[in-house]
Amino acid sequence: MTQTRETLGSTSQTPPSQPLGAEVRLESLVRTYGNVRALDGLSLTINPGEFMALLGPSGCGKTTALRVLAGFEILDGGRVVVDGVDLSDVNARKRDMGMVFQSYSLFPNMNALNNVAFGLRMRKQSGPVRRKKASELLEMVGLADQASKYPHQMSGGQQQRVALARALAIEPRVLLLDEPLSALDAIVRAELRDQIRSLQQRLAITTVFVTHDQEEVLSMADRVCVMSRGRIEQVAAPAELYERPATAFVAQFVGISSRVPVVVVGGELELFGQKCAVRRGESTSVSGPGDALLRPEDVAVTVDPGGQGFVTRKSFLGAMTRLVVQVGDINLRVDVRSDVGSEIDLGTRVALRVVARDVLVAPRRDGSPEGTETS
Amino acid sequence: MAPLEGSGSLYEVAQSENQYVETASTGSARRGRKFRWWRLVVLGLAGAYFLIPIYAGLKFSFENVAGHFSFQAFRNLPSAPGFTAALSLSLKLALVTVVASTVLMVPTSIYVHVRVPRLRRILDVVTVLPIVIPPIVLIIGVLGAFPLWAKSSPYLLSFMYVILAMPFVYRSLDAGLGAIDLKTLTEASRSLGGNWIKTLWRVILPNIRPALLSATVLTLALVFGEYTMASLDLWQTIPVWIVQFQVSSDGNIQVAASMLGLVGTWILLIIVVSLDRSQSRRSRRKLGAS
Repeated sequence: MTQTRETLGSTSQTPPSQPLGAEVRLESLVRTYGNVRALDGLSLTINPGEFMALLGPSGCGKTTALRVLAGFEILDGGRVVVDGVDLSDVNARKRDMGMVFQSYSLFPNMNALNNVAFGLRMRKQSGPVRRKKASELLEMVGLADQASKYPHQMSGGQQQRVALARALAIEPRVLLLDEPLSALDAIVRAELRDQIRSLQQRLAITTVFVTHDQEEVLSMADRVCVMSRGRIEQVAAPAELYERPATAFVAQFVGISSRVPVVVVGGELELFGQKCAVRRGESTSVSGPGDALLRPEDVAVTVDPGGQGFVTRKSFLGAMTRLVVQVGDINLRVDVRSDVGSEIDLGTRVALRVVARDVLVAPRRDGSPEGTETS
Repeated sequence: MAPLEGSGSLYEVAQSENQYVETASTGSARRGRKFRWWRLVVLGLAGAYFLIPIYAGLKFSFENVAGHFSFQAFRNLPSAPGFTAALSLSLKLALVTVVASTVLMVPTSIYVHVRVPRLRRILDVVTVLPIVIPPIVLIIGVLGAFPLWAKSSPYLLSFMYVILAMPFVYRSLDAGLGAIDLKTLTEASRSLGGNWIKTLWRVILPNIRPALLSATVLTLALVFGEYTMASLDLWQTIPVWIVQFQVSSDGNIQVAASMLGLVGTWILLIIVVSLDRSQSRRSRRKLGAS
């Protein structure tokens, strides 16, 4: 990480003078609610200036982890260390962390300018300084003309941009984003996603982003921490997470995977009459019966009257078309280019070929052999 | 004052204000309905039930001894024996009650909403108790239990009025706090460096202003209408004065005092309803925007 930090509020591209964002270390965090361990010994280091996403299904502990970092939750065990200082017992208001919430959190009684200036007011900065800085930040998020508007006069996207400006106004050591895009429509979400990422990179501020939306994570984060039941499943860059999932959970949660029963012998398996290598990782312990986890792009199809399967469904996705191919009693999802897909009718027999270098194998799961889909 | 004496009417006011937004949202559906003559009859009967006694009171208070229209009763009101002292005492009690009630109930309601929301149900029940327990039981219990120095102060009445006003104050505040995302706003303020006092002053109170005003008006109406406790505690508040003056002297002046109190309370209620309307208009615009 060679980036340094630009002064907040500055819209110029002048050489930055301030040091990088803070390093955050979450050490063996434990948080329980009754019998439920929302955080079960979670440890994670976030590098200065890094954009770290916490991803996982509902109830996996990602929001709890963020709230612990913000100081809104009391820890049952472990430490929160920022730049070497233990903040576990420090009040939320003294942690210097800017937060953007999932629900609209602007103060309804204040206009956009006063909302942004609120943190500066709490820091006893003078009126002119507050106003100048708040105006600069509103300009930075593209809302200079909305300064006098009240929250109820702004759209959801505008409100979240003001909330972002408000969080940045205090020049926080860490920026915390708690699913800030989830209440917005698709177009606004995509715009704001790009804006947040661009600002974060420009300011080089350490950012923790909680979401259950894979698309957001894969397009924004430097690294992604996938969580399940209060623990970390994998911490990796988005591409690695998608291409080399460490566990069956990650493979199923990130992207789409189809489960196909296989038998592993000597680190190899046979799939559609073809020998394939088993991917190294957690799955290497699997020997004998298991489930191969295949991405839609791991398999290629060709029209073949003597092929193993036939097409039962087609979904047009733009550049790609997703086919569901039934092989025996297994439904396999396969992506093909749309110009190819348009020429394959429902019921067409196709031959299947694994094109991936190696295949992730998970322990055999009882139940339906239907290909598992996670989106 | 008489219509405000019964606590049931105040409770209904608080409830109807809380349901305002819900009622407003069904307004367009109601406009589409067909005219029904019996609705007009019911409305007319209900209107007559409420308005005839008020009309009679107003007519009586605007008449002189000869039965002609006159402002004499209102002109003589300030100089009526004991009126100024009774009004002064009622105003002081109202002020102390409003302040004490606000100081007690606002932090309690906020604390319960933010920190222990599961206690809301218990508080719902506890705050209804003053409606269930008759005021006469309360005052007899208090007079029997409190020391002489406390009983010799009129402000013991304020202490009891805080309890009597609790159902209306709590429900108004509860509705006001429920209408905002209190937890998120509080956390946003704290993450920006606001302590509890600044959060309360700059974020929470401005956003529950209509609820606060509603609680205040209902408390004022209760204090200016309460008779039982004040008379048993031997303090001459406005309602007690009205009853005693009626027995001893000019009835026109007594009715004029009642009418003034009634009109004053109506004006306060209209202010509260207007504020609530503007608040709900803002809410509707917000929904439209998002």
